[in-house]
Amino acid sequence: MDDPTAKSRLSIWQAAFVIARRDFAAILFSRAFLFFLLGPLFPIVVGGLAGGIGSQVQQQTSTSEIGVALSAGETRQLLAAREALVESLGPALPELARLEDVTSAEDAKAYLEARRGNYAAILTGSLAEPMLTGPRAQVDTWRGRIALLASTARAETPVSLPEIATQTVATSGASQRSDRVRTAQAGQVLLFLLIMLLAGMVLSNLVEEKGNKIIEVLAAAIPMDAVFLGKLFAMLGVSFVGITVWGLTGAAVMGFGGYQAQALTEPAVGWPLFFLFGMLYFAMGYLLLGSLFLAIGSMAKTVREVQTLSMPVTMLQLLVFFLASYAMARPGSTVELVAAIFPLSSPFAMLARAAQLEAIWPHLLALAWQAFAVAIFVKAGAALFRRRVMQSGPNSKRRRWRRGKARAA
Amino acid sequence: MVMDVALGEVTDGGNVVHDSRPLAIEARGLVKGFDGMLAVDGVDLAVPEGAIYGILGPNGAGKTTTIRMLLGIIDPDDGVRRIFGHDRPHDIARLIGYLPEERGLYPAMKAYEAIAFMGALRGVSLAEGKRRGRELLEEHGLGDAADKQIRQLSKGMAQTVQLLGTLVHRPKLVVFDEPFSGLDAINQGKLERLIRTLAEDGTTVIFSTHVIAHAERLCEGVAIIAGGKVPYAGSVDEARDRIPAQVRLETHADDGSWRTALPRDARREGGFWYFSLPESGIEPLLRALIEGEAGILSLSIERAGLHDAFVHIAGEAPARALDADAAADRN
Repeated sequence: MDDPTAKSRLSIWQAAFVIARRDFAAILFSRAFLFFLLGPLFPIVVGGLAGGIGSQVQQQTSTSEIGVALSAGETRQLLAAREALVESLGPALPELARLEDVTSAEDAKAYLEARRGNYAAILTGSLAEPMLTGPRAQVDTWRGRIALLASTARAETPVSLPEIATQTVATSGASQRSDRVRTAQAGQVLLFLLIMLLAGMVLSNLVEEKGNKIIEVLAAAIPMDAVFLGKLFAMLGVSFVGITVWGLTGAAVMGFGGYQAQALTEPAVGWPLFFLFGMLYFAMGYLLLGSLFLAIGSMAKTVREVQTLSMPVTMLQLLVFFLASYAMARPGSTVELVAAIFPLSSPFAMLARAAQLEAIWPHLLALAWQAFAVAIFVKAGAALFRRRVMQSGPNSKRRRWRRGKARAA
Repeated sequence: MVMDVALGEVTDGGNVVHDSRPLAIEARGLVKGFDGMLAVDGVDLAVPEGAIYGILGPNGAGKTTTIRMLLGIIDPDDGVRRIFGHDRPHDIARLIGYLPEERGLYPAMKAYEAIAFMGALRGVSLAEGKRRGRELLEEHGLGDAADKQIRQLSKGMAQTVQLLGTLVHRPKLVVFDEPFSGLDAINQGKLERLIRTLAEDGTTVIFSTHVIAHAERLCEGVAIIAGGKVPYAGSVDEARDRIPAQVRLETHADDGSWRTALPRDARREGGFWYFSLPESGIEPLLRALIEGEAGILSLSIERAGLHDAFVHIAGEAPARALDADAAADRN
């Protein structure tokens, strides 16, 4: 007959699943989550608007127009020369406008100092001895191009540029390396932004739990490690939902708007594997930072306290990101090795490596190492929680010895 | 590991308890301190399976800390505890139901979902938990509240939902921490009936309280706890028997040789004599009174109540604290 008092409990994974399922559903179907999903769209919209307005203002205020105060004939020659060159050189050439009320370099200086007109500089003198008057930066910018225009204008025969035959290669060694660095950089920045944005969610989670007093019920039924794991994985699931929604929305907006993403060079491991590693490194980075945040959240009594306590971790994460960014340009160096081994920087460093180097095995090793670090972080977080909040935990050596002695007796 | 079950004679708080039932809970020398202060100092307990057992003491006496140690929510600094013979209570989580003193549920959950969630924590599948949740709510007159969110329920209703969540997985041991706190008289009565029903079905029930009446009405065993120590743990009857029964005597004669038969502590109040029942029993005294021609008009023996036993065992200060807590509860 079965012993009715034999061991009967959920495994740690089953228990974590119960917690994760509840948290996932509770967050997903809450109004707050809708705002959370909309959250990242605001900075994008605001940034886009600000960028658009800014560039419009820039366009309106900046000028590449040069005032021309030459004789009428030479002015015509100069305009003709510009006409002849603009097809090949395009926007590199300045706009030219005839200035009637300036006749000498002194006039030009006075004209500009009086802040009249909207000219970058004023050309006086003659085509043989041109004189460019303007602020230092503008003079430096335009002097070479004005010289080209003047020389072309003085030429006796019309300028005819030879037709250049071209042939292209997909990439060169140097360009591939620099392009892949760009891909690595983009991957790292995206990974960092997503982790920082999403890991913050776990911060207030245990504070809410303590507010509900339900933590006592959970702690009595399942190990605290399972509570921690469940919460982390629920948040990870929610994060993937967020990323999917943002990704699809972004793709839809680009599709409808007819935009094309600036093409990035294919990473060394190929796009499919790069995306897979991206997801896995996101998961690991999220779990690592999330477990730190969760431990902090569990010790705080209010959301305000959580924010104060989490500041050092946020700063640490920034430093870690800088380390990984610095290491990115030095694959195979000691710095890169350190960045790949230190658990918090490892996901960033390894994603950059996936963009630049083809070997797969280091990623498998890194993922295993990161998973191990997650286990340690979760364990430590749960122990910290038990000790600080539930006021339980390992006993002093003396007490353990006394207990052991009592058991032996 | 399942330990050998102590049969026949077990020690409980230093008292010898004769019982043939295996133990649901056994604790020896439990010690727990917080910030250098001892909250629980050497608690011994032995609760037989199927018993209703009370932990009786004023607020701050160490009841909740003891319960949290028994359930593995916190680890003791010293001592051992075994639930159904297991050192680690989490190993048999499915057999245990626990209602903490500070009630807590997720406010956005529906009542039946909250019960199902608590069941899921103890190994009941979600579908089964939801089904049982609705059933339990129906049985306890809360069928209409099944689909309401916890935040929409009254405090009493939410408390009942949590109580049902404690029982949804049909545990063999139920631990209630101050279960009567915050309940009105009608719901206290219902809870008492529920506890009796659980025990009749073979479930061990252990609860903490600072209201002696509940312990006296329900429990076969109690642990009296004060200042983190347990000066008594054993049957309610034995606790009451620690104080000699009080005799009330009314005689026709005011004086006579029979007066010498009365014990030394005899005092006269309003025409009655009051004194402790002599250790030799009532028969020798009766004989002496009759032979001395006292002319007995009435004689009654009143057994001491649990409150008297508490005062006798724990002392007056804890008893006063206990009375104050109970009075605060009523208000």
